[in-house]
Amino acid sequence: MSTIAFPSTLRFTDTQIEMAHGAGGTASRRLVEGLIAPLVGACGSLADAATLTVDAVSIAMTTDSFVVRPLRFPGGSIGDLAVNGTVNDLAVAGAIPIAIVCSLIIEAGTPADLLQQEVQAFGEAARRAGVRVVGGDTKVVEHGKADGLYITTTGIGTIDPRGSISSANVRAGDRVLVTGPIGDHGITVLLARGDIDLNAELKSDTRSVYPFASALIGSVGRDLHWMRDPTRGGVATSLNELARDCALGIVLDEDAVPVRDEVRGACELLGLDPLHIANEGQIVALVAPEAAEKALAAVRRTPGGEGAAIVGTVEAAPAATVLVRAAYGGLRVIDMLVGDPLPRIC
Amino acid sequence: MKYVDEFRDPQLIKQAADEIRRLTDPARHYRIMEVCGGHTHAIYRFALADLLPPNIELVHGPGCPVCVLPMGRIDEALSVVERHNAILTTFGDVMRVPGRHGSPLERQARGADIRMVYSPLDALRLAREHPDRHVVFFAIGFETTAPSTALTLQRARELAVTNFTVFSNHVTIVPAIRAILDSPDMRLDAFIGPGHVSTVIGARPYAFIARDYRKPVVIAGFEPLDLLQSIAMILRQMRDGRAEVENQYSRVVPWDGNVPALRVLADVFELRPYFEWRGLGFISQSALKLRAAYSSWDAEVRFTMPSVQVTDPKAAQCGEVLKGVLKPHQCKLFGRECTPERPVGALMVSSEGACAAYFSYVHRRTAAAV
Repeated sequence: MSTIAFPSTLRFTDTQIEMAHGAGGTASRRLVEGLIAPLVGACGSLADAATLTVDAVSIAMTTDSFVVRPLRFPGGSIGDLAVNGTVNDLAVAGAIPIAIVCSLIIEAGTPADLLQQEVQAFGEAARRAGVRVVGGDTKVVEHGKADGLYITTTGIGTIDPRGSISSANVRAGDRVLVTGPIGDHGITVLLARGDIDLNAELKSDTRSVYPFASALIGSVGRDLHWMRDPTRGGVATSLNELARDCALGIVLDEDAVPVRDEVRGACELLGLDPLHIANEGQIVALVAPEAAEKALAAVRRTPGGEGAAIVGTVEAAPAATVLVRAAYGGLRVIDMLVGDPLPRIC
Repeated sequence: MKYVDEFRDPQLIKQAADEIRRLTDPARHYRIMEVCGGHTHAIYRFALADLLPPNIELVHGPGCPVCVLPMGRIDEALSVVERHNAILTTFGDVMRVPGRHGSPLERQARGADIRMVYSPLDALRLAREHPDRHVVFFAIGFETTAPSTALTLQRARELAVTNFTVFSNHVTIVPAIRAILDSPDMRLDAFIGPGHVSTVIGARPYAFIARDYRKPVVIAGFEPLDLLQSIAMILRQMRDGRAEVENQYSRVVPWDGNVPALRVLADVFELRPYFEWRGLGFISQSALKLRAAYSSWDAEVRFTMPSVQVTDPKAAQCGEVLKGVLKPHQCKLFGRECTPERPVGALMVSSEGACAAYFSYVHRRTAAAV
């Protein structure tokens, strides 16, 4: 779910639900903002994680469902994705993840050892991320109904009082930071599906991003203005949502954006943009200009954060737009992703 | 990355842009058509207009296979799939093309078995994995993709696969260029020749453009430096009063084309007497159908097609944009009724369509600047 200023004027007029409504781009936004939020009576900002105060304690709460094909892919599987995804939503809300509950929807006929492996991966990911698994639920559905296994996780954490994460904090001049090379997860899964006959030495970046969030908050405190884990729709979609929420422009420096050669190569071949490809272990953060170098150094000191980079700047105009500047001077708009990324013909 | 980075080198790009400026006569206006949709996409993606003098106008041509596909062909394919419980396979670009009752993507959401493939060989593989189902491959593209369809058909015949057919929508680029040259509102000075198509057909088929119409043609690659060098080559021809076919993309395009690929094409396909192009109307000898020897694998022979004729919405001005008479944003529907998410015309569907490229990369930038 995306950060959305609410109430909104968007209305949902589509006659049926299509795959694009779940792909994290503009169609998803219309579904959430135009249909779901008004009918459930959601209040406040519809961020990845909600923040609320219970008995004077500020907590963050989030839920996420994991439907992934194939269930296992280089670098990870649905089990660790289900932990990391929820932990990451808490982490980028500025929270210290504490506990999760999970719900397993299992397709009848699923081999028991596959389930065992995934539950084990789940447990190990939770231990690595330092969250307790405190409850859950299990359902079995008929054969043919659930791609083997769906997992839903719900997590809570306490808000780190040193930080303050909100699109309202973002100012012209803020620097855009990413914690490492982008697009690894999306391209890995695309290739692991086997529909496209390409091979690359690549693995998913699925991991807890809490160590990076903690390094950012710990090093620069409230000079960290906003952060997000750019999953479906990639860095471009996260930044477009931010640009629209705060009515500012964001200019990325194409050459500064870290992208592995394998990801770039696959994107060039398939006509995709790495900025639109999903990540499961990175943060994109907005930091006050004077604190940017300190924040970068802190992330780079964190294990796995060596590839972090400052990739762009917030500008007053053009409002609500994300632009990419090429090294030779060309300037192009990069919008949110519409639907799923579709490879082009030639 | 090799073959990419050296063609995006800022220093070389600056030199090429400076040379274009030196070669341009400020007193005249230059209208250069890039025929290929891949070039249209690259021009917008790399924001090349920012590097060109304002009196060089790039006009977007018809070389986007999805854009010139008549809407009825989608409906025909979908009707076969639904009547025969077949699996429809096609490239990603086709998934969002609107038919009269929805795009393949929308029909898929309603339960039709439609699968995206990257190669026609994957469609054939699917047919062999599902011997109880019929698999139709919706073939589309210029001479770029036609050889892979042809090879797949040769393979299907070798393996005697009986549950696989091809619905050919392959078209050929040269008749479309000729149609544009013969069109009464033609005001073009030169052509950036297609890159990918030319890897197959070579440079020779464009000779008539230079000889009969006296227009320079430069076959170009897809990186920023390729396109700028090609424009400089065109300007040099115009300055010298020459009209020739030149090949900037010689690292991939042989003058005589890819002979084995052309042989495979000739074995499998023959020209249709005529074919409808969206926005351009019927063009004679402009599309490929399967030869009689392959009729067992020809979806148009195996199944009765309803032969659907669907006229485009009246307000959509796709034809004018395709011929380069209008810029994408000058169409009445652009950015309002017609957006990449809810395309009315096919130029808004494919990332190579002029309207989609303009919408994605330029539209909001200029809107913001005004």
